[in-house]
Amino acid sequence: MIEIQNLTKKFGDFKALDGLNMTVGEGIVFGFVGANGAGKTTAFSILATLLAPTSGDAFIDGKSVVKEPQEVRRIIGYMPDFFGVYDQLKTDEYLDFYGACYGIPERERKVLIPQLLELVNLSDKRYEYVDLLSRGMKQRLCLARCLIHDPKVLILDEPASGLDPRARVEMREIIKHLKAMGKTILISSHILPELAEMCDEIGVIDKGKLITQGNVEAIQAQLQGNRHITVKVLNEVEKTVKFLEEDPFVSSIEVMEGHGEITFIYKGSKEEQMQLLRKAITAGLSIYAFMEEEKDLEDVYMAITKGADTK
Amino acid sequence: MKGIIFNPVLLKELKLRFRTFKSFSGLMFYLSVLIIFVSGFLLVFTEFSLTGFFKPSESFMMFSVISVLQMGLVMFMAPALTAGSISTEREKQTLNILLTTTQTSAQIIVGKLLSSVAFLILMLIAGLPLYSIVFLFGGVSPWQFITMFFYYLVTLIAIGSIGIMISTLTKRTIVSMIATYGTMVFLGFITLFFYFIGLSLEQLFIAQNPNTAPFSPITYFWASINPGVLIVTLLSPDIKSALTESVGISFPNWIIYLIFYVLITALSLTIAIRKLRANMKTNR
Ligand SMILES: Nc1ncnc2c1ncn2[C@@H]1O[C@H](COP(=O)(O)OP(=O)(O)O)[C@@H](O)[C@H]1O
Ligand SMILES: [Mg+2]
Repeated sequence: MIEIQNLTKKFGDFKALDGLNMTVGEGIVFGFVGANGAGKTTAFSILATLLAPTSGDAFIDGKSVVKEPQEVRRIIGYMPDFFGVYDQLKTDEYLDFYGACYGIPERERKVLIPQLLELVNLSDKRYEYVDLLSRGMKQRLCLARCLIHDPKVLILDEPASGLDPRARVEMREIIKHLKAMGKTILISSHILPELAEMCDEIGVIDKGKLITQGNVEAIQAQLQGNRHITVKVLNEVEKTVKFLEEDPFVSSIEVMEGHGEITFIYKGSKEEQMQLLRKAITAGLSIYAFMEEEKDLEDVYMAITKGADTK
Repeated sequence: MKGIIFNPVLLKELKLRFRTFKSFSGLMFYLSVLIIFVSGFLLVFTEFSLTGFFKPSESFMMFSVISVLQMGLVMFMAPALTAGSISTEREKQTLNILLTTTQTSAQIIVGKLLSSVAFLILMLIAGLPLYSIVFLFGGVSPWQFITMFFYYLVTLIAIGSIGIMISTLTKRTIVSMIATYGTMVFLGFITLFFYFIGLSLEQLFIAQNPNTAPFSPITYFWASINPGVLIVTLLSPDIKSALTESVGISFPNWIIYLIFYVLITALSLTIAIRKLRANMKTNR
């Protein structure tokens, strides 16, 4: 449904996008993750036909962003990372205006607007001025606006940023609903766990390049070798650290001062890990806890982007 | 064509325009300026004429004053209405959303222009009752009156287009405002200044070569595109012939004015429409 081919965008000498390649299938909720400045907004702006790429192209439902931008506009609903609303305009007038901008006849708009407001839980705000709505409400209203011309693809740039947890949950529910409606959805975020729950697939972008793409489990599996282990000792922290440093599979040792807590990454197999523990106990170290951390997505993300750094 | 003229941007702009206090205060400002001038004029002239009556020639003079004044107000208000039309949307971050809709760039630009033009026309119409005084005392033909309004329209559309073009090209409204008012100062004053410079050079030349007749098309051009000069020459045949004689060209200055402002309108709108959206193909 979305195909990005060798997309490059330069601002002067700076490459915000550096040969980005990516494919998103139909009906998929795709999470686009990357730190601030990674190039997410730049990529989305190009997809939304707001910014011309320096080279490369992107296709949405087979339509080239470069050659047929007007066709692309018909199929996408775009929500910018930062956006404003017109003051002096009421919620239903706001939607009505954009509906008209997409050439939807007035009679259809009249039917559509209450439905959309219902979908994003704003029915009771129908006659309020949009600039008086809370940020979460504006965000949902903007989402309703994206849907007014029934686009196949939604491009949502950080839709959950700046929202309180409750509003974030609401946003997530709406996106689930849209997925059920069969929309292909592209969502960006700089926080991975935020995306993990609602996305089918995730792509990680760093410095304008796609580092990895796949479903959430696949990305986790990619890092199966790295286990994060926390060890707690009663005393002799330094001796324990020394002991750990001798093991070839141990890396990234960190000590939590005062707590007797040591964390490290272990690359060996489970057998070897068991041997390490046995050796540690026979060596008389005062270990009272040895825990393998549940690997959450944030760690996956950190590990992947770190790996990209050293390349 | 219908889609371009009755487009959503125009309808929304009109709705918002009539909802805001700013428009109302703009209208009030305009009307107060007109009323103050007209009543001042009436006061002065009825005091000074022994009979206390208003003669047709004085009525004509008042018509002239109102006409120049209205042209000045058009030139003052049109930039205020248009120079922010695109850049405020950019600043308020509503522009990107609008640009991702299927509205064509031409529809958006024309919608913005027409909403401002409509408001300016409303202003001119609101000033109409003042003309009733002029008509009451005579001295002005309806034809002169219609001509005047026609030129207001041409001028305000041109200025509106310039304002929208500058607003499209600049990132910030304040810059756009300054640039647009700068253009107004150029058209309203600098052109006149150029005319006088050209005229003195001309006279210098004639003084040295006594047998040559004056002929300076460029100097004439500067005078012709000045809105004030246009109004004055439309009103007074004497001034008009003084102008044409000074440069040695009898080609009507209103034709030059018309062509110039129509071209400016076309050029400004074309640039604005081209530059509104990123050019996906060539901006590489
Ligand atoms: N208009 C621009 N001019 C110059 N640099 C820009 C412009 N837009 C973005 N950048 C740069 O491009 C990089 C990517 O930005 P962006 O796509 O906004 O990142 P993200 O959305 O992932 O945080 C950043 O380093 C940013 O400074
Ligand atoms: Mg961003």
